[in-house]
Amino acid sequence: MQLMFLLEQVVNGLVLGGYYLLIALGLSLIFSVGGVVNLAHGAFYALGAYISLEIGKRLGFVSAVALSPVVVGMLGVLFERFLLRRFYTADPILSLLVTFGLAMVAEQVIRIVWGAAPLPASIPQELKGAIIIGDFLFSRYRLTLLAIVIVVLAAIWLLLHKTSFGSVVRAGIQRPDMVAALGIRLQPYMTTIVALGVGTAALGGALFAPITIVHPAMGAEIITAAFVVVVIGGLGSFWGVVLAAILVGVVRGVTIHFLPPAGEASMYVLMILVLLLRPRGLLGERIEKFE
Amino acid sequence: MTRIDRRQVLKTGAAFAGGSALGFPAIGRAQANVIKIGHLTPLTGFLGALGAYAQLGLKMAEEEINKAGGVLGRPLEVMSEDSVNPATASTKAQRMLEQNGATVLLGEINSASAKTIMQVAARNKRLFMSIGARSDVLRGKDCNRYTFHVDIPVTVMVNAAGQALLREGLVKGKRIFSITSDYLFGHDLAKAAKNFYAANGGTQVGDELVATDATDFSPYLLKVRQAKPDLVSTNLGGNQVTNFVKQYAEFGLPFPIAGFNLNTADAWAAGEGNLSGIWPTVWHHDLDIPASKTFVADFAKKYGKPPENHAWIEYVTLKIMAQAMAETKSTDTDTLIAYFEKEPQFDLLKARKGYFRSWDHQLMQEAYPFTVKPKGQAKDQWDFLKLGAAVPAADQPLEVLAPTKEQSECKM
Repeated sequence: MQLMFLLEQVVNGLVLGGYYLLIALGLSLIFSVGGVVNLAHGAFYALGAYISLEIGKRLGFVSAVALSPVVVGMLGVLFERFLLRRFYTADPILSLLVTFGLAMVAEQVIRIVWGAAPLPASIPQELKGAIIIGDFLFSRYRLTLLAIVIVVLAAIWLLLHKTSFGSVVRAGIQRPDMVAALGIRLQPYMTTIVALGVGTAALGGALFAPITIVHPAMGAEIITAAFVVVVIGGLGSFWGVVLAAILVGVVRGVTIHFLPPAGEASMYVLMILVLLLRPRGLLGERIEKFE
Repeated sequence: MTRIDRRQVLKTGAAFAGGSALGFPAIGRAQANVIKIGHLTPLTGFLGALGAYAQLGLKMAEEEINKAGGVLGRPLEVMSEDSVNPATASTKAQRMLEQNGATVLLGEINSASAKTIMQVAARNKRLFMSIGARSDVLRGKDCNRYTFHVDIPVTVMVNAAGQALLREGLVKGKRIFSITSDYLFGHDLAKAAKNFYAANGGTQVGDELVATDATDFSPYLLKVRQAKPDLVSTNLGGNQVTNFVKQYAEFGLPFPIAGFNLNTADAWAAGEGNLSGIWPTVWHHDLDIPASKTFVADFAKKYGKPPENHAWIEYVTLKIMAQAMAETKSTDTDTLIAYFEKEPQFDLLKARKGYFRSWDHQLMQEAYPFTVKPKGQAKDQWDFLKLGAAVPAADQPLEVLAPTKEQSECKM
């Protein structure tokens, strides 16, 4: 019986991994391509949640989840064009400061526009409740969420590995100078990657609004966890981030099973262990420009 | 004509912006005559939403008092800042007294931060009105002569909701699973809850601690399901309650839930159909008392939404403080303490007036259990709590739900 309980936590951790993944994947992509740690990533997650509530009030839940990432993706284009672009080759400390500042500005803007009090949000009636498969209990909503994450994941993988767009992006991660020598401008690719990255974060915000509290600081709460996932997974590795997100979800679940007060600390312990044993992260690749 | 260097302007501007962000004391507002009040409350973090309401209520009281001619013919000036965390709260409190000329300190919701401000107040021998912090230990073991406590302590919260739980038959002979917030307030609440269940024949089959920054409760919900309790009892704070009830509804677990702490803002944030169970509160905006209704109407007119319990409590606290200064014709700490210790009665916009107990400085007042209105009965998004009758009942003394002098460890 104990074993079943533990297994249930493992399975639940897998599902939870999808949540971390939506936020961490964009962070990793932007980091890999631009060399910029986007500390404002959480702000786009929060905006995704708030904008989805606005759209949801008018057009319903499905439109909200579909459109909110598009709106935030467009904000991402502006963000890349007017701000981030200036910092790709600059001292990393500058981009850290700028994105950190932007995160604070965004949080205050949310506070001014939507107020400091949290906003209510609910799961649509059809997706409420639990499904019992075998002995395991699943939230119907989270299973739906997992399916969406898998579709998004597959789409991004195909985009990066099966299209000419992806070839340029991957080449740009490894050898930007070579790409430039071939006469390809990386800038439009970078704009797209940033839009895609913050768009997936916004999707995370829209999907999580009905099950977590929607308040101005929600972005700041998620950014650390997302960053931990990226570090554990390793730079530049698509599957590293996927693996790390799942691992963080599972380790957290198992920790809460045995030692609940340590639940939130578990991911940091995991990160320290990984960094000690494999400083480059689980599946991190050797990237010349970061060495 | 001298040309001003654009860069120089930018630099100066940035220096100013930086300075104000770091909370440099305001220069050029040195009006000798004003009574300065230092106010600290969390505006960020898991209690930030409550702190925002606290500021609104306090501001409204400040404006009303100044409109009516201030206190002792002097205007009040409230300096309000984000207390951030216990360490920062203490630093800011010290600075407000030492450099900004605050006469009294008030505010706080976070019990851990209130504790550090209480120490600052005692060290500086100045009055601190601890408004929204509810831990028993603050008015128990950690009590001091310079601090007065406005909000109901956790023992009262447990007893208020507990009476309703007993009536519903959810305690005696039942298996109870507790989930507790892992900080000062949560631990305190869990202790009071444990005593309550033990005294009334309930068995705790689990008590799990949750970090205050946890946003996902799914592993805990699985443990609840595995334990199959008769009642899920929560000792959570701030955002956690909202996250918990949203996810409890998401997983659709069949066990009834109750909790010993839920602020109205957290209930509003849960969204329709997500909240259930029995909870306590200190005040609610649909209370059927004329003075309360006037306050609610004025607040709604000013801010476009009804006041939350933290807005109410800050409002009445500043009014109490103004009344105390007016009646004693003094802002002197010892004079004010002596005045409050005489146990004068204050209007709290409730059916019964309240007073600060002289020996632990705790405000004695009515509390209320509440449940959730059935679906479709709410008039608007603010209206889904169903307030129960005030406790203690009208024929009982206000002190019956609070710890007695024998139970309390407070020695001043």
